Amino acid sequence: MARTRYGTDRGLTARMFGTLFGLGLMYVILAAALYALGFSAILILGISGALLFGQWWFSDTLSMKAMRAVEVTPEQAPQLHAVVDRLCAMADMPKPRVGIADNDAPNAFATGRSPDRSVVVVTTGLLRRLNRDELEGVLAHELSHVAHRDVTVMTVASFTAILAGFMVRSAMWGSMMRGRRDQNTAVIFLVVMVVSVLVYLISYLLINALSRYRELGADRGAALLTGQPTALASALTKITGDMASIPTKDIRQMESVSAFAFAPAVAGKREFTLEQWFSTHPPLEKRLAQLAKIAGELGQR
Amino acid sequence: MGFLNAVFGRRKPARPNLDSLFAIPSAAITVQAAMDFVPTGRASVAFRSPEGRAFADIEAEIRALLDAGGGPPVEIREDSFGFDWIVVCTEPADVAAAVTDAHAVNTSLVEGGFGPQLLCSLVSFRGPEDTPLALVYLYKAGTFYPFAPIPGGEQQRNNVMELQVRDLLTGELPMEQNLSRWFAVWDAPGL
Repeated sequence: MARTRYGTDRGLTARMFGTLFGLGLMYVILAAALYALGFSAILILGISGALLFGQWWFSDTLSMKAMRAVEVTPEQAPQLHAVVDRLCAMADMPKPRVGIADNDAPNAFATGRSPDRSVVVVTTGLLRRLNRDELEGVLAHELSHVAHRDVTVMTVASFTAILAGFMVRSAMWGSMMRGRRDQNTAVIFLVVMVVSVLVYLISYLLINALSRYRELGADRGAALLTGQPTALASALTKITGDMASIPTKDIRQMESVSAFAFAPAVAGKREFTLEQWFSTHPPLEKRLAQLAKIAGELGQR
Repeated sequence: MGFLNAVFGRRKPARPNLDSLFAIPSAAITVQAAMDFVPTGRASVAFRSPEGRAFADIEAEIRALLDAGGGPPVEIREDSFGFDWIVVCTEPADVAAAVTDAHAVNTSLVEGGFGPQLLCSLVSFRGPEDTPLALVYLYKAGTFYPFAPIPGGEQQRNNVMELQVRDLLTGELPMEQNLSRWFAVWDAPGL
């Protein structure tokens, strides 16, 4: 049996499971609140469900429009298509459509309700800044999002937040209209509102955490597909615009004190900053650390 | 488990299917008999060379393995996409020997844990008036497709001839049915 270099990341899987469990719990609490609301619950469920379904179903068209991206044919962008062709052949997955957005900010995204209906979009700024291997790494990252069905997973995950948002509003209207007449109903509406607000806040944090783990998962998938974690790391560094934080000075030229003090090139954020909790992407140093680990595994004999 | 992999944002890397390669020699005879395409005796293996020491070692081993024992000459070339091509040239043309060597390359890569990095393998033919033709094997899909660039053309393919070759070989080789997967390999080493 040939050896494999592609074990699963247990820690990442465990964290993702914890997040999903939390989101599941939110569903249960929301269901209880909906039950207390009674009749209007069906209406709320219907509206938010339809809204989210539409977002998911038309995700490719909507995102392309929002980013002003246009689909390109293999004749228009032969180089880009060829890289995607090769990555798809290596990963044995259907080839998504390819789009380009005329935007100087270096970015890329993938959307679409299923791998067969997906589109991968890169901005012109990205094409200008990255070299061949870095571009390949970024495309592999987006293809990993497609293969992991991240649009679907995130849509299902964000249902609690949308539902809770709707419930807050309807409970507010409900209590305003009927509260005066019936003391009991007013209390129910108040409880539902408080619960919904809490659920909304907690799901928001959980969804962002899940999104960060999905990003790490896509980074990992990309590094293992191309076998070039370092190229992806360098692309990430370029995109995030923190190039300046990498020292160009040789460590031996630095003052002796700072050379021996444990000061990493990229300042480590150990404390839980608020910014970290509310962001959809993991901090750069976390992503680079994961890629460095994979590079180490690839190099092992 | 496809569902669990989707939930946890991971996937199993696609594993290459190596054995179908050995069906090429008999298919080569069919192509020669029906369409007058003669094998050139060249076979090449394309893969994305991963970074790191482990892979460099395996590449050196492959070189040593194929160079030893007076086998056919081997060259390793990098194309414009960063993929490495190991080209085996047999003289006089011997498709079976070329395929066997290509298989040895694959096996070394897979044994070293780099199977997911294999892209494709191709065996080349020359037709009347020196028209090039290649049979491309997709490792992950386990299927073949023909690639016939028009000589001197600006990256154009002779699609009619490619479809003819597909129809000829359907039944003998597992041909790729999805035409969008027939990606072009312009200027591939060994073509």
